[in-house]
Amino acid sequence: MDLYARIVRAKLFIDEHYSSPIDLETLSSEACFSKYHFLRLFKRTYNKTPYQYLSEIRIEKAKQKLKAEIASISEVCEEVGFESNTSFTAKFKEYTGETPAVFRLRAMQTQHLVKTQPTRFIPNCFSSQFSPEE
Amino acid sequence: MITRISHYTIYVLDQDQAYDFYVNKLGFEVATDATMDSGFRWLTVRPKEQKDIEIVLMLVKPGPMYDDHTAAQLRELIQKGKLGSGVFETNDCRATYAELKAKGVEFMSEPKEQFYGIEALFKDNSGNWFSLSQKPKGN
Repeated sequence: MDLYARIVRAKLFIDEHYSSPIDLETLSSEACFSKYHFLRLFKRTYNKTPYQYLSEIRIEKAKQKLKAEIASISEVCEEVGFESNTSFTAKFKEYTGETPAVFRLRAMQTQHLVKTQPTRFIPNCFSSQFSPEE
Repeated sequence: MITRISHYTIYVLDQDQAYDFYVNKLGFEVATDATMDSGFRWLTVRPKEQKDIEIVLMLVKPGPMYDDHTAAQLRELIQKGKLGSGVFETNDCRATYAELKAKGVEFMSEPKEQFYGIEALFKDNSGNWFSLSQKPKGN
């Protein structure tokens, strides 16, 4: 397997297992590199460390789950792999500038508007040309 | 003076399948997904690291914009891979190529050194083709 396929394999491992504890040792052995070599290659390839990438994925998944309105914030925290609400809220705020609760509220308001007033989100030049008159 | 492009349209054959390709394979985020009462769906996506653009995944079908014949012609051109739709930039063309290939994306060419960087060509699941490009270091 070439170098790129090995690094990608570790990235895809994070994509799939983000909800579980993942350490550098697991990732480097997934890619068949020493820890130091893996860390260097991952950072060179993606401009971020595996830990930064893992955090990003967890926050992205949390955003999707918060928008889905099903799980509670504590459940989302657990489902995306954070060990405590405090660390989840802090990391979420660091990445998005909002707490999970504020993010969810804003997302719900936006989703409500998208459903009830879709034309507010569609440039008129498109909606008038592509949509049959309502 | 025009300062930037905010929306760019990619014509697709099926919006659900296009959603799957651009979000689950390319890793883009959904910017807007709004459906009017008429059924017209406004689906836009963008790379997660570029918030100032919406790529419109526009369904080609007969309607006010296209008559039956025009829609059929356009769908055929897309499906045949006759429409090249643009260039997506990446920090590392070979790594992105390996990742997308592992996810089942169809490539027309492997990463190759060009005078403007490293480039591979791939198709979306409608048939539109794109360049995947990495600028040379220092640019």
